[in-house]
Amino acid sequence: MSGVRVLVGTRKGAFVLTSDGMRQRWDVSGPHFAGWEIYHLKGSPADPNRLYASQTSGWFGQVIQRSDDGGKTWHQPGTPPGEPTTTPDGMPKGESNKFVYDTSPETGKPLTTHQWYDGTPHPWEFKRVWHLEPSLTDPETVYAGVEDAALFRSSDGGQTWQELPALRGVKGHLWQPGAGGMCLHTIVLDPSNPKRIFIAISAAGVFRTDDAGKTWRPMNRGLKSQYELPDPDAEVGHCVHRIAMHRSRPNVLFMQKHWDVMRSDDAGESWQEVSGNLPTDFGFPIDVHAHEPDTIYVVPIKSDSEHYPPEGKLRVYRSRTGGNEWEALTKGLPQRDCYVNVLRDAMAVDSLDSCGVYIGTTGGQVYASADAGDSWAPIVRDLPAVLSVEVQTLP
Amino acid sequence: MIRIVLPAHLRTLAHVDGEVKLDVEGQATQRSVLDALEARYPMLRGTIRDHVTQQRRAFVRFFACEQDLSHEPPDAPLPDAVATGAEPFLVVGAMAGG
Repeated sequence: MSGVRVLVGTRKGAFVLTSDGMRQRWDVSGPHFAGWEIYHLKGSPADPNRLYASQTSGWFGQVIQRSDDGGKTWHQPGTPPGEPTTTPDGMPKGESNKFVYDTSPETGKPLTTHQWYDGTPHPWEFKRVWHLEPSLTDPETVYAGVEDAALFRSSDGGQTWQELPALRGVKGHLWQPGAGGMCLHTIVLDPSNPKRIFIAISAAGVFRTDDAGKTWRPMNRGLKSQYELPDPDAEVGHCVHRIAMHRSRPNVLFMQKHWDVMRSDDAGESWQEVSGNLPTDFGFPIDVHAHEPDTIYVVPIKSDSEHYPPEGKLRVYRSRTGGNEWEALTKGLPQRDCYVNVLRDAMAVDSLDSCGVYIGTTGGQVYASADAGDSWAPIVRDLPAVLSVEVQTLP
Repeated sequence: MIRIVLPAHLRTLAHVDGEVKLDVEGQATQRSVLDALEARYPMLRGTIRDHVTQQRRAFVRFFACEQDLSHEPPDAPLPDAVATGAEPFLVVGAMAGG
């Protein structure tokens, strides 16, 4: 019987929630990596038992963890469990936590500074991995979006990481941190074109490569950031919070920007606002229904400083028309005195029939809807603050 | 023989319980001790000092013999009591934020 596995990253560890296809009863395992911030976990579409996790700490830095058995056991891929951690001559066998910006003259130049909050130049400093995006076809290949913003790739199952440095060459000197840091938080792989990748950075915007990362272009035409940038129509610098795509229609992208919900019908070449009748168009996550490419979900948040739902009511909004016309989904969600947030990586959908939708909150709840958002129920209520939610649909 | 006490999270990463005991060739300094530690436990590379610059991470401190050695030069000799194994070298997460 089919089932789902929900991968939850929190401020103090990771949790794996599993259920059968009914999605009514849940088993909860965790905390894994207790006490560490788990920014993101994600499974390989090519091998659902292969999971990658970003384990990070302000004290001890970045660690990459990998599971080859669906989250039952984990190891750092550079040092498999039960094997010697060094070669016979004493050299380490892998450095899976090593993320070093490419500064080589051949590929890493020009190495610029980026902008600090006050507009002054600031050097790139690696802080953490925000997002891991496994290849659609190869379990050994995985991309990592990091802070300070850059894109890394591993083609050996997470043992070693190499930067795709051309991205930072696209006006990187004008990028700046958002409130959460200067993070590359979204990586969207085009299922119809293995050389095309979209990424998004706060606050730089959307960028696209059509040659597997050798060259990149900014994809921000139509975005307006009147109160964030001196030039509201600037080519780079926009605080894009999240982009999403339906795999059947890879030229259509949806975006939750700092303010504004946007849509592109030409693979990011231009964007149009589709905020429509939302009560506020500030928010973080956006996702697409698994079977209906024009059904999209957002969680409106009151404002850039008031990171909680308007009126204390947690409402997911759904559009069945690809934007502009939105309906509030409230059944089973708290409708009074609720002041949690749903962060950018904390919404996901499964591909069962009907489509399941999942959100995790900064209050530690993970809510699930097994009917495309019509009704919701908490899977867990009292986890640490949720940073990310991903879902695997299992055969 | 040098005794090293790691914070709990790093003991978990290194799959060790209690103190780590290492033989260090030559003079015992922060650098030689951490080099030996990372050679034995490569999963700790990057968690105590930066991969490239080898500088101590900002929220990590080094204590021994009731002294804070965090700001000592990395090649300065460690106290004799550490070099002889009478006292441990403590790697500590700074108290910040709980």
